[in-house]
Amino acid sequence: MNGLANASSLFFLSAGLSLIFGVSRVVNMAHGSLYMLGAYIAYTCASKLGGMLGFWGGLVATAAALALVGTLIEVLLLRRIYHVAELFQLLATFALVLLLSDVVAALWGVEDLLGPRAPGLRGSVEILGHNYPQYDLFLLFLGPVVLAGLHILLSRTRWGTLVRAATQDRDMVAALGVDQAKLFTAVFALGSALAGLGGALETPRQPANLGMDLSALGDAFVVVVVGGMGSIPGAYVAALLIAEIKAICIGLGTQHIAGVAFNFSKLTLVAEFIVMAIVLIARPYGLLGRAQGMPRHAAAMEDPLKPAGQALRLLALAVLVGLLAVPLLAEASPYTVVLATDVLIAVLFAASLHFIAGPGGMHSFGHAAYFGLGCYGAGLLLKLAGLPMAAAIAGAPLVAALAAALFGWFAVRLSGVYLAMLTLAFAQIVWAVVFQWETLTGGSNGVLGIWPPAPFNRAGIYYLLVLGLTVLGVLLMRRILFAPFGYAMRAGRDSPLRAEATGIAVLKVHWLAFIIAGSVCGLAGALFAFAKGGISPETIHVSRSIDGLVMVLLGGIHELAGPLVGAPVFTLLQDSVMRQTPYWRGVLGVVILVLVLVFPLGIAGTIAAWARRFAR
Amino acid sequence: MKPLLEVRNLRKAFGGVRAVDDVSFALAEGEFLALIGPNGAGKSTCFNMLNGQLAPDGGDILLGGKSILGLGPRQIWKRGVGRTFQVAAIWGSLTVCENVQIALLAHAGEVFRLWRPVAARYREEALALLGDVGMQAQAQRPARELAYGDVKRVELALALASRPRLLLMDEPTAGMAPRERNELISLARRLVRERGISVLFTEHSMDVVFAHAERIIVLARGRLIAQGDAATIQADPKVQETYFGSGRMLARRRA
Repeated sequence: MNGLANASSLFFLSAGLSLIFGVSRVVNMAHGSLYMLGAYIAYTCASKLGGMLGFWGGLVATAAALALVGTLIEVLLLRRIYHVAELFQLLATFALVLLLSDVVAALWGVEDLLGPRAPGLRGSVEILGHNYPQYDLFLLFLGPVVLAGLHILLSRTRWGTLVRAATQDRDMVAALGVDQAKLFTAVFALGSALAGLGGALETPRQPANLGMDLSALGDAFVVVVVGGMGSIPGAYVAALLIAEIKAICIGLGTQHIAGVAFNFSKLTLVAEFIVMAIVLIARPYGLLGRAQGMPRHAAAMEDPLKPAGQALRLLALAVLVGLLAVPLLAEASPYTVVLATDVLIAVLFAASLHFIAGPGGMHSFGHAAYFGLGCYGAGLLLKLAGLPMAAAIAGAPLVAALAAALFGWFAVRLSGVYLAMLTLAFAQIVWAVVFQWETLTGGSNGVLGIWPPAPFNRAGIYYLLVLGLTVLGVLLMRRILFAPFGYAMRAGRDSPLRAEATGIAVLKVHWLAFIIAGSVCGLAGALFAFAKGGISPETIHVSRSIDGLVMVLLGGIHELAGPLVGAPVFTLLQDSVMRQTPYWRGVLGVVILVLVLVFPLGIAGTIAAWARRFAR
Repeated sequence: MKPLLEVRNLRKAFGGVRAVDDVSFALAEGEFLALIGPNGAGKSTCFNMLNGQLAPDGGDILLGGKSILGLGPRQIWKRGVGRTFQVAAIWGSLTVCENVQIALLAHAGEVFRLWRPVAARYREEALALLGDVGMQAQAQRPARELAYGDVKRVELALALASRPRLLLMDEPTAGMAPRERNELISLARRLVRERGISVLFTEHSMDVVFAHAERIIVLARGRLIAQGDAATIQADPKVQETYFGSGRMLARRRA
């Protein structure tokens, strides 16, 4: 029963996301943020105005306010990015997540805010011997009512017909003289209003807080993917399914299976992602979804690879000499060495992501999983298995490679947003497992006291070790990209059909690429563990995956040197901005937006484009 | 002579539509065979089954006497069947020469080599193949910059790189100007004859078909309605009816 009430607000949230995706083909990462915004606005209305008007009027006001916000977002931002590659759309809307999060923090503060209970529905009803809140009962019925309302809107009105037509072929609809811009804006406003309503309805049941945006986004993703992208009834079925599975997990509590205590309530975090993974594997387009047409705006094709010229080799050598000199600063400025170590680890992390995202064309949104597994692998091998540091650092890539082999096997079978979501889901599973398995991983505290032994306990010496391994890792991946395997990766990305017909086993090639990237990323994680002297679940957090993508794009996804430029710039920027302002997330959001809208080629890409123009 | 390719009672339905309905034909070693028919006749469906992209509902496909039913595109490629696509596909981010080099590397089974750079591998062979299709001068250009007609030529070189016994060409001249069409088909015909490759191709342009095909089979609404050389096909009443209508309307107006 509890699950049914939860399902309703989950449905509002996901129906909006699904509707927006169906028409605009943009996966709105900021959807959870709209939900959060709705919760905060409704809280303010209900608590400041109070009474019937404050609560019920607040719901209407919230929906209207969110429709307005949605309109603004669509007109100001989304219109500019409908025709760019999916990866950029995902990142641009993720920038909104960062921005809105700081806006909410600035306006409402960081405290959790629990709204008053709904006036008129404060009591409870007895059903089958259980007391059941009236409000939950109201929610339970509201879900199907809104589903029916949306169904009528979409199937019986002229506007709805246009929306459905646009879902199937928006270019055709535009060719028939429909004002696409207005249609898209209206759909986005409706979707946003639904998200806001979902958030607003939750305020009496659970407090509004700053973590809502990402957790709601995760939930909505799962529901939409399970139900089928763009399918409203699918969203309802999936919302019911997920909410029920969660409720059952909580209801079961701790059970004893074959003598082992098994805590089901801890499974809730993982359960939904397991459901999603199973559905994606069995029905790649969701329960009620249909295969999407090929994307019309394929990513811009990059230039052929060229071996480094004389000038570039000299530049690389000069940079390397400069990096070798950094430990000389250990006395004068210890922090520089620490920061330089962070930069190198970020370079290795970003380069491994670029390896699959660039030449492999697989835009992983969960690369942090392999970083975190390398981190925990190294830490636990040292702490629990008692291995020396060298063995721990060597073992970490193996741990990450095993996970990459497992997850990659599923991921390479999908493409585009589905691959992005599945990789994200796998990373969330890893995160949840690490977070919950306290006896092994130390839960949210992680494991401390992972320090390198002498002589690596001196920051300068450890830095040199990191430098050596980073250079090795980067050169190794570069070598692979110039070998037949790297060309096969790119051939499989450019035209999988042609590649298969020419005898290239695309899935196998991409799978192996995924494993290689995973293990190099695991090495970066291991180095990180020893640099920080400890491990925590933060190393696997979704924000690290996104940071990695931003590094790659900042440098330029179409350039081999991209991650080598992007990672240092990003790390230094983050380091300097973070110390200046509490609103660094907002600043990062703005950086991403500028990147996507103004410099889609990234730093290295822009320089390369200039160089080519100069050469002509 | 034993046929290289033998298609027996091939069937495929999509929902209620019988796209390919009990089609049987054979292709002799070294033959240049055209498969024609109006839109929706089942040509592409037939092709996609031969290539392993679609699974037939029934019937059998024999290559050199052995069934290739149930094999995927890559396994069929391994048995010596190359193909070009209706909408030509090559790898845009590689140079023209690298495109052919990768096809040669794939043929040699060296796709999973992680160390030795591609740059010098099979370069001479690739350039020679590009010379054959008249693309050597553009070998260093990024493939994405090529004009469509040139993309078709490179695709032909890619298909030849794996030294197929049988080459399947799905509308090799679609989207080309009439003169280009004739040039490309003449080129393909010369190259396959030199190499002893058999060809099955579909085509919309009757000029091309009647000028170049040694034998023609005609599909209409999923069924094979005629086969033979150009003169036989042109004279066949069933073919005439399919392409020009029965002429009854015209006859009535004249009367």
